[in-house]
Amino acid sequence: MSDKILYGYSAIFDKPDDIIKAAKTVAEHGYKKYDVNTPYPIHGMNNAMKLKPSKLGYISLIVGLSGALAAILTMWWMSAVDYPIVYGGKPFFSFPAYIPVVFEVTVLSASIATVLAMLFIFFKFPNNSHPLQGTEYLKKVSSDKYGIIILADDEKYNENEVKNLFQSLNASELEPIYWDNDEINHKHKIFEPKFILFLVVVAILNSGAVYFVYNKLLFMVPFNWMMEQERQNVQQKSLIFSDGFGMRTPVEGTIARGHLPYQFYGKPDLAGEKLINPIPVSKSSLKLGQEKYDTYCSPCHDYHGTGQSRLNGQFPNPPSLHSEKLRSWSDGRIFAVITEGQNVMPSYSTQLTEDERWAVINYIRVLQRAMNAKESDIK
Amino acid sequence: MSSETKIEYQKKEFSPKVKSVGLALLIFGIVLVIAGYFVSPARMTFNNIIGFTFLISIVIGSLFFVSIEYLAGAVWSTPFRRIAEFLTYGVYVLPFILIPILLNLHDVFHWTHPEVVNSDKILKEKAPYLNVNFFLIRILGFLLIWILFQRFITKNSEKQDFSKEQSLTTKNIKISAIFIPLFAITITFTAIDFLMSLEPHWFSTIFGVYYFSGTILASLATITIAVIYLNEHGYLVKGLSSDHYYSLGALMFAFTNFWAYIAFSQFLLIWYANLPEETFWFLQRWEGSWIAYSIGLIIIRFVIPYFGLLTQPSKMDPKRLKIMSIWILFAHFYDLYFLVMPNYSRSGVVFSWFELGFPMLIIGALILIFNELSKRKNLVAIGDPKLKRGIDFRL
Ligand code: HEC
Repeated sequence: MSDKILYGYSAIFDKPDDIIKAAKTVAEHGYKKYDVNTPYPIHGMNNAMKLKPSKLGYISLIVGLSGALAAILTMWWMSAVDYPIVYGGKPFFSFPAYIPVVFEVTVLSASIATVLAMLFIFFKFPNNSHPLQGTEYLKKVSSDKYGIIILADDEKYNENEVKNLFQSLNASELEPIYWDNDEINHKHKIFEPKFILFLVVVAILNSGAVYFVYNKLLFMVPFNWMMEQERQNVQQKSLIFSDGFGMRTPVEGTIARGHLPYQFYGKPDLAGEKLINPIPVSKSSLKLGQEKYDTYCSPCHDYHGTGQSRLNGQFPNPPSLHSEKLRSWSDGRIFAVITEGQNVMPSYSTQLTEDERWAVINYIRVLQRAMNAKESDIK
Repeated sequence: MSSETKIEYQKKEFSPKVKSVGLALLIFGIVLVIAGYFVSPARMTFNNIIGFTFLISIVIGSLFFVSIEYLAGAVWSTPFRRIAEFLTYGVYVLPFILIPILLNLHDVFHWTHPEVVNSDKILKEKAPYLNVNFFLIRILGFLLIWILFQRFITKNSEKQDFSKEQSLTTKNIKISAIFIPLFAITITFTAIDFLMSLEPHWFSTIFGVYYFSGTILASLATITIAVIYLNEHGYLVKGLSSDHYYSLGALMFAFTNFWAYIAFSQFLLIWYANLPEETFWFLQRWEGSWIAYSIGLIIIRFVIPYFGLLTQPSKMDPKRLKIMSIWILFAHFYDLYFLVMPNYSRSGVVFSWFELGFPMLIIGALILIFNELSKRKNLVAIGDPKLKRGIDFRL
């Protein structure tokens, strides 16, 4: 016996009243390191043991608030910055819609953090070498008895005094508890082969399960019901419409936005008279115009509209866009050239939307102005 | 838990000051109400509705508190259950506050005007429910139910003081089991009839729960104020501890969150769906100085009680708990004002002596009822078999 290290002295009581009284008395005698074990929580034990309020709440608070902040930032980034999409006519950053998510994330992160902190920080799990493990004492207090234990490393610990104290409180059983030698000497290392093997098995099972779910399970009945719907895909024959076409033509008398039918085929001069540029000159429209011009026009017309482009010699040289004639053309007239093409120049109506064509024209005006600046522009 | 606990209760007389304060409040309130009805009957009727729903919250909420204790077999609230029972006697004041509303129905409910209803398709469709006769039948039926159950429950509980019969508890449990569903129905339809139908085109299916959450808060707050005050002056049974206060505080904290949850749920769906037939109710409360009032509701009803009751000490310290309870009671009034008054004054918040009449009258009446009952009855359910365990209650 004497070669064992003492952990503490335990006493067992039969009634909850007695254990509260015992805890109170032990606390009053000035013992600091002691613990009470009962089969269920006993009301009033915190007071009896003079326990300070737990710090656990702070962890819940801090992690909960961080969770809320993280949720707000994530949603703000996703729906207002990185990929803004209009939902239901609401602003991109519409806080009321975030509140349920913020609430859930707050509760979830706070509760997970609380449980984990309780287990691993406050209870110091995993602890495989606790001296109480496997003792008679622990068996009793986890079924129908109430136990208290004063630890041997308490400053005031004195075996006889503790024994007398417990006896005066009418403890039904007394027992010293020792550290288990095997447990003390046995060090639990992280890199034990068993533990590594455990990790490997978990990893294999996990990835196997993931593979199975995503590559097999989702294609089995009934999980594939979402995918295999009775649905009309593009370019497919329709079983519903009598003409058999899956893709429908627009309803008569309607036009899609940004696709006004062009009415001046073969009459570019009329277009020049009738069409008015609807796109105001602005930084963003000029930027768009430049981008489209550089992509679609510059191969032949050159970046500056001179006609001396990098395709020089491989294709009939286009005339300069700075000619007197072009500068006097209306925007609508240029629009006609882009939309219809002119002689060898092909039409660009499929590559450029109407708005983009107007933007390109705005940009051509900038080029022209730059080549033929007026006195007043230089000032 | 400990078998040595003794029930130490000494019946004491209230100081005569209590009666004079109650009487002063009551008389002053009545004077204001009558003056208000002379000066501006419409405005006073709206205030009357606030007062009526406010008193229902305290009184019927307390009855709910009592019956929930019986039904759940709770012990922690037994030592001061009688306080809640006393509050339920306010049920006899309700008819008096109801009468002026009934006399002025036309001023506040425009579905009571046949010509309006006939020219309005929606009101016509709602007429089978929203008509004066059925309205009267409903509210009289509700009052009857409340008064009946108030009598049953309090009579049994008071009888037990002397007979100490366990069977009376069992009886009350059964009565409570019947009352709870009736409570749910009556409170929901009270909210619909008196608050939602002020704007008869508007509808919100969660509205009854909204009023319910405020009801529980108001009654808990009133009970807490009374318990703390009486206990501080030694009128209650010895042994009430901070754990009892904590439980009251925790319940108020929980229902503060519940109110926010419900209020926000109501708002979120309407805001998201953005249907004109629903959003106008909120838009009315977003006009002129109502904007500030609506934002104030969030702060007064949720933010302040939330942080005021968040920590453990704030629920255990009677002083802080008392302040928060008074605040929550005030917040309930503020909330009812938010529900009712935009129908009277579209352009902005109005507040003057008109609005003070009913709160004074109600508080005065409750104090007088308390004073009267305290002479005739025990302030503690001394015959209740749960009382001892209730005193021993620890967290
Ligand atoms: C494949 C080379 C090519 C591309 C690309 C091209 N053009 Fe042309 N463009 C020409 C040629 C060649 C002419 C001269 C046609 C002719 O003989 O009338 C021309 C003529 C024009 C004219 C009329 C000039 C005049 O004096 O009659 C305009 C305006 C014009 N292009 C604008 C554009 C714009 C804007 C784009 C970009 C959307 C563009 N072009 C892209 C080859 C091209």
